[in-house]
Amino acid sequence: MPVPQQLEFFVDPSRCIGCQACVQACTECDTHRGEAMIHLEYVDRAHSVQTVPVVCMHCEQPTCAEVCPADAIKRSGDGVVQSARKPRCIACGNCVVACPFGVPELYIDRAIMMKCDMCYDRTSVGKKPMCATVCPSQALFFGTREQALALRPQSAPTHTFRFGDQTITTRVNVMVPRRAVPSHVDVTAAMAERASGRGLRLPVLDSADPFADVEV
Amino acid sequence: MATLPVDDLAITGAFGPHLSPRTRGGTADAPDRLVKTHCCFCGQQCGIQLKVSGNEVIGFEPWEEFPFNRGMLCPKGVKRYLQGSHPDRLLTALRRDPGAPGGFRAMPYDEAIRHVAREIARLQREHGNAAIGVLGGASLTTEKTYLLGKFARVCLKTPYIDYNGRLCMVSAGAANKKAFGIDRTTNPWSDMVGTEVIWVAGSNVAECSPITTNYIWQAREMGARVIVQDPRITPIARTCDLYLPVRPGRDAALFAGVLGLMIEHGWIDHEFIAEHTVGFDAVAAYCKTWPIARTAEVTGVPERSLRRAAELWGTAKTSFLFHARGIEHHSNGVQNALGTINLVLATGRIGRPKSGYGTIVGQANGQGGREHGQKCDQLPGWRDISNPEHRRYIASVWNIEEPELPGPGVDAYELFRKIDAGEIKGLIAICFNPVVSLPDNQFIARALDKLELFVAIDFFLSDTARHADVVLPGSLQEEDEGTVTQVEGRVIKINRAVDCPGEARQDWRIIQDLARALDRPHGMTFASPQEIFEELRIASKGGVADYSGITYDKIDAQLGVFWPCYSEDPRTGAPTPDHPGTPRLFEPDSYNPVARGAGRFYFPDGKARFNVADHRPAVDDASSEFPIFLTTGRVVSQFLSGTQTRRIGPLVAQYPEPRLELHPRLADKLGIADGDWATCETPRGAITLRAMVVTTIRPDTVFIPYHWPGDKSPNRLTVAAQDPISKIPQYKVCGCRVRRAAGPPAYASEREPQQ
Repeated sequence: MPVPQQLEFFVDPSRCIGCQACVQACTECDTHRGEAMIHLEYVDRAHSVQTVPVVCMHCEQPTCAEVCPADAIKRSGDGVVQSARKPRCIACGNCVVACPFGVPELYIDRAIMMKCDMCYDRTSVGKKPMCATVCPSQALFFGTREQALALRPQSAPTHTFRFGDQTITTRVNVMVPRRAVPSHVDVTAAMAERASGRGLRLPVLDSADPFADVEV
Repeated sequence: MATLPVDDLAITGAFGPHLSPRTRGGTADAPDRLVKTHCCFCGQQCGIQLKVSGNEVIGFEPWEEFPFNRGMLCPKGVKRYLQGSHPDRLLTALRRDPGAPGGFRAMPYDEAIRHVAREIARLQREHGNAAIGVLGGASLTTEKTYLLGKFARVCLKTPYIDYNGRLCMVSAGAANKKAFGIDRTTNPWSDMVGTEVIWVAGSNVAECSPITTNYIWQAREMGARVIVQDPRITPIARTCDLYLPVRPGRDAALFAGVLGLMIEHGWIDHEFIAEHTVGFDAVAAYCKTWPIARTAEVTGVPERSLRRAAELWGTAKTSFLFHARGIEHHSNGVQNALGTINLVLATGRIGRPKSGYGTIVGQANGQGGREHGQKCDQLPGWRDISNPEHRRYIASVWNIEEPELPGPGVDAYELFRKIDAGEIKGLIAICFNPVVSLPDNQFIARALDKLELFVAIDFFLSDTARHADVVLPGSLQEEDEGTVTQVEGRVIKINRAVDCPGEARQDWRIIQDLARALDRPHGMTFASPQEIFEELRIASKGGVADYSGITYDKIDAQLGVFWPCYSEDPRTGAPTPDHPGTPRLFEPDSYNPVARGAGRFYFPDGKARFNVADHRPAVDDASSEFPIFLTTGRVVSQFLSGTQTRRIGPLVAQYPEPRLELHPRLADKLGIADGDWATCETPRGAITLRAMVVTTIRPDTVFIPYHWPGDKSPNRLTVAAQDPISKIPQYKVCGCRVRRAAGPPAYASEREPQQ
């Protein structure tokens, strides 16, 4: 049974609290027991508690599949990009290098690439992905677009991303402020300066450092 | 007799904490059944389904129909199933034996019960009934807490019982009692969505009560502004609308200053204050002593932020205020909580669908565990052990003469002082790990050394149980059934998934086995938790925490019942078998048996009380000798003293060992870099931990999480100062000094991270 078209995945990093419920729950999956296919990263823990959950974005034209010399990565008709097929994958790591979102990982011991397949074992039988079910902040939400828009009047989903000259459309959405115009980051320019939480400001205080007045 | 029988490392080698595997079961292990129950950890009490195969819990499945969490879980909930079938699980009774390699040898259960009963009888014969103390906990089911209170008063005839909620809930409880005459969060959490302002005072919601996060975010999506008051930029503070970086121990001053500004601007509800409260004038006069400049200077919060807080809070039409241990864990904890209540009452925003107030409880049964008689001054139904009428009623339920019922005892810390003074000779403890969790915990270990008899009921050999003469093998949460009352005041049902392994027993059976072996079985012959609950319904009837209308069937049918739930209409006395419970308190047309129609609050005149919430300096505050504020708390992957979570492999992997959080400006001054070993010292002791240098904490403050024992325990450093009313310890502030350590501590090479 395919994953129903009307059910979509929405990621909102502004909600993420870094608790790792998603990571821990992902390790419970029968198809990759003990390993998490979702990744959770601190942006820059020295300066912020901001974390970002990373699931496979399930691209319409998956770069990982395009660069695979063994044709091991398939996108099924419901738009889900599957994990590498075992008999085909040669563990070359092309997909790991090419994915603009940094999703696939190589498991050298098993000589295979594994990645998030949107909990195909659950979503193809009418359940939600495990990470989006347990996520206590609902930074990961799975449901219809109508539900997402009704629940998140301050936010809007986007699923178009630009990396240099490449524009990617994905099945997974990222929530952005509804009133903001999504700005496309020039990746190569951003690479020159490491992303940092230092620029994050707390809204009401005038200073980027809320502790500016504190003496030590 | 309670010194450690052998070297601590040898005990650890035998009894752990060792780590569970990362997962259990697999594709081949289809579960026999799914058991709908709740998580064993915090006060959110998320619904969860346990996958069971044979007599083993092999995994979990979200329970999306349970309304509070709708399938959501934190990492502890996801991995909680791994505590079962654990190599460290106690399968027999243990007797202390310095000749045994791990310090304890197995003994037959019946022999252990007989031995303990003989020793209790001997100590009581020689030193009187009050020579025995009992310690309980707020992670026990309400049935167990009820039974334990009855066991202490009726079977042991000792006044000395208290519980680990003394470390958690008591400041909020005492403040609620003084202000409202009832002690419960006022609204279901779903009321939060649609409110205008949410003030989170001293609660690291994202890590300590993660499910509440989604309610707050959802409220924000619907337009709520969020104010967070905390010395650290926690995940919930990161994106808030107003961050109040309060200096530890100055919360009451902050509330007084903000209320003063609101009064000055007329942002208060005069009509509500006049009709529904008493005591406002004294509070207003007190707030005048906190002009904004003084408030800013004392609290460390900039004036503009205080003004913004007063405006946001003062001009809203609907609001919620939540607080937790951040303002409660103080020798000024009750005053701090009263300060928040004054902010709520002054606006009249309570008892309405989108307006409420609540304390975020910490433990599984943080609410129910504080209501039915394991507190030293309390009888079931939130009754007062010093009130003659309450005593007579409970004595009649327990079928004893009122004079036989002991009077009030002492708080948990004072109980240890009585052990230290030689007054209490024997102790029975369950669900409490004071060697890790009480402040100045080396004193606790020394006090345990003085006991002639220490009996621990536990499922793993906790750090405290290591000091025991006899350990009785108790039950994990999934091995028993009963009720707990979660954060909203909703009574829910814990269901049994598996049977106790080996010679382990359900805790209520162990308590009753002791009563029988003592030849004092009166009132201690229940055949099931449900029988205990049926008596608790009668015992709570007519009390403020009235559970008389709650049944196991009603809990199942309604997916929880909010107390009070009356079996008889408090107005007419007519039977009300279908009473649905009380999701929201203090509604305009509400009736309660204390006010009897005089008003909505639980006092004879029906009016809420303003209380002057006085700022008093912390005991052992930062000083020239110990110039840095030390504050303590939790991380999301661990729970309380870690007896369970330090045994769950993937949770340990997430955050293996405590780190000392400090700001780079402080780190620079001290010459400490991220990852260095740093020593934190107070007059009680010193511990050495790896430094974690982050800009998300006040530069005059360091933070250490408290889930670890021994040389990793910040409670070696904390001060045993207590609130004069609630007796809660002052965990959240004391002066310390920090220096770069010359090298790693001994534990770095001797112990695994979780040990």
